[in-house]
Amino acid sequence: MSLKQEQKQELKQMRQRSRPLVASIILIVGTAAVLFGLALSISVGAAKISLSTVWTAVFYFNPDITQHQIIQELRMPRALAAALIGAAFAVSGSVMQGMTRNPLADPSLLGLNAGAGFALALCFAFFRGMSHLEIMIICFFGAALAAGIVYGIGSLAKGGLTPVRLTLAGAAISTLFMSLSEGIQIHFQIGQDIAFWYAGGIAGTKWSQIGIVAPWIIGGILAAIAISRSISLLSLGDDVAVSLGQRTKLTKTIGIIVTLILAGASVSVVGAVGFIGLIVPHVARYLVGVDYRWIIPCSAVLGALLLIVADIVARTINSPYETPVGALIAIIGVPFFLYLAIKQRGSL
Amino acid sequence: MSTVTLISKSEQRRTRRAIIVMTIMGALIITAFVISMNTGFIKLTPLDVFKTLFGYGTAKQELILFDFRLPRIVISVLIGAGFAVSGCVMQGLFRNPLADPGLLGINAGAGLMVILYISFFRDNQMASPFFMPMLAFGGAALTALLIYTLSYKRYHGLLPTRMILVGVAVQAGISALVIVLSLALDPNDFQFVQIWLAGNIWGTNWKFVLAALPWILLLIPYVMYKSRSMNILNLGEQMATGLGSPVEKDRMKLLAAAVGLAATCVAVGGGISFVGLIGPHLARRLVGPTHQILVPASALAGALLVIVSDTLARWAFQPSEIPTGIVIAVIGAPYFLYLLSRSK
Repeated sequence: MSLKQEQKQELKQMRQRSRPLVASIILIVGTAAVLFGLALSISVGAAKISLSTVWTAVFYFNPDITQHQIIQELRMPRALAAALIGAAFAVSGSVMQGMTRNPLADPSLLGLNAGAGFALALCFAFFRGMSHLEIMIICFFGAALAAGIVYGIGSLAKGGLTPVRLTLAGAAISTLFMSLSEGIQIHFQIGQDIAFWYAGGIAGTKWSQIGIVAPWIIGGILAAIAISRSISLLSLGDDVAVSLGQRTKLTKTIGIIVTLILAGASVSVVGAVGFIGLIVPHVARYLVGVDYRWIIPCSAVLGALLLIVADIVARTINSPYETPVGALIAIIGVPFFLYLAIKQRGSL
Repeated sequence: MSTVTLISKSEQRRTRRAIIVMTIMGALIITAFVISMNTGFIKLTPLDVFKTLFGYGTAKQELILFDFRLPRIVISVLIGAGFAVSGCVMQGLFRNPLADPGLLGINAGAGLMVILYISFFRDNQMASPFFMPMLAFGGAALTALLIYTLSYKRYHGLLPTRMILVGVAVQAGISALVIVLSLALDPNDFQFVQIWLAGNIWGTNWKFVLAALPWILLLIPYVMYKSRSMNILNLGEQMATGLGSPVEKDRMKLLAAAVGLAATCVAVGGGISFVGLIGPHLARRLVGPTHQILVPASALAGALLVIVSDTLARWAFQPSEIPTGIVIAVIGAPYFLYLLSRSK
């Protein structure tokens, strides 16, 4: 009886510590900022295009004008991809962090990049001339395979998926897949091709890629929002969630599938971009409190914003050359990770 | 009285066992050495090898054996021993069975320096066999210092778990830098760097042996000399202080030795990981946790692992060679995951 009361107390506290008003403001202002960021991202680049031209190109498209073509064929898919993928990484990170109660959880620690890289190397070495889409799909399976192994090993061990275990399993799987793909790359001398494909990231996105990835990402984000209540409860601990009538196994399985779909789809388009899934959920939690029903949608908005801005910066700081956006985000992400790792106390 | 004799008896038994194990490993290393001399693009029969060794071979056979294969084999023995002893020290110091110089970011630091050197001073005619190890050493030492500082907490000393997390993060940062730098390289340099990072024993040259040998010959005996204080450190910080051991000083010295060993090996062998993890583990399984025996046994196990992997790397994908580090990672990663899934 007293235990139940305690748990009810905890739930109540959780409600008090969430800030729906702040969250609604973030959602509205954030969405506006994302829209503005999209417009800015379309107008900034090697050929500068004014915002009014962007407006006319989007709504009154005229194929005879070169600028309109640049916007339609190059800039728009790129900007949209940045928004989608930023949101996908951020949501998959917040689902992981909530589910495993692990503040250091991040899809990039799951070995996704290395798995996708391995699949990419296989494609380049043995199936030259595959279409972009086929490569993307195979990359997705590579990423899912690596992440599945890391999840599996982390959860098999006694004590579950602790931060240290997740980090180490991810590091080992990454090393393994990286070595395998390096072996293939050296054997077939395709190293730099792959590096360019990978680091190019968002730059080369085409409408056809977005057409394939977008439904999965949007579906994944909606699924994450649908289970957000259960994730909030899981974030209080397995025992609490069970005694409140949650089917934790079911929630966890859905959560894992959602993270795999979101992160795998993103990696297969942009390659090695880490740390978004780590940073954004922390910022969201700091702003809106501990309720995942607010954290997850806010993460989506903030993640989209982060990647759009990072992509604009990557294009402009060393123009006309592009700086790999993954490296740029790592510059913010690594100190952030270090700060979190140092702040960790008893739970390690 | 009786317990003392009992202890000394079990000690004796353990020492005898250790001697047997180490003799067997030594014999295996020599066998692998001979097989490795026969393996390669151009076949040499064992008879040819012996003939050539004693000066009766053809000029071509002499060239292959003395200028290409022998230095490579000697280097693989040296770096195997070096990595394994370095890992053994780290596992002892941090009381963490999963510690490994590669996973702690030391390889990455050394690699970054090498890439920086190649991107900016490739045309420079500096004597690179001597200069590259120095650079790699500098990079490794800086990274180790950074990780050490970040995972140190006043009044608590070094926090091992924090060290692992910090190590992974620093490694991620460094590899982001490496990606940026490597995209700017021209294709030839890129191939060179990639092979280097994957851990190729590319020093088919006696100069590399000469560059690595003094460090290894200096640092491994030093670690063995210090192995008693490692046993004490292994009991835990408070216990060690209570036993009158200058904990912080000893730890700094030993850590410096471990970093020095790992850096030397990275410099001549490239980014080989997992040897520092597996070598000491195998050795501990075989001879027990006393560091006086464990350190030499780790050295032998590491040397055996690298020489076998190197031979495999040359033999399995003929005619092209794959970097040794890849073979080791394929063996090492599953072993590491197995250890991880059993750890508490």
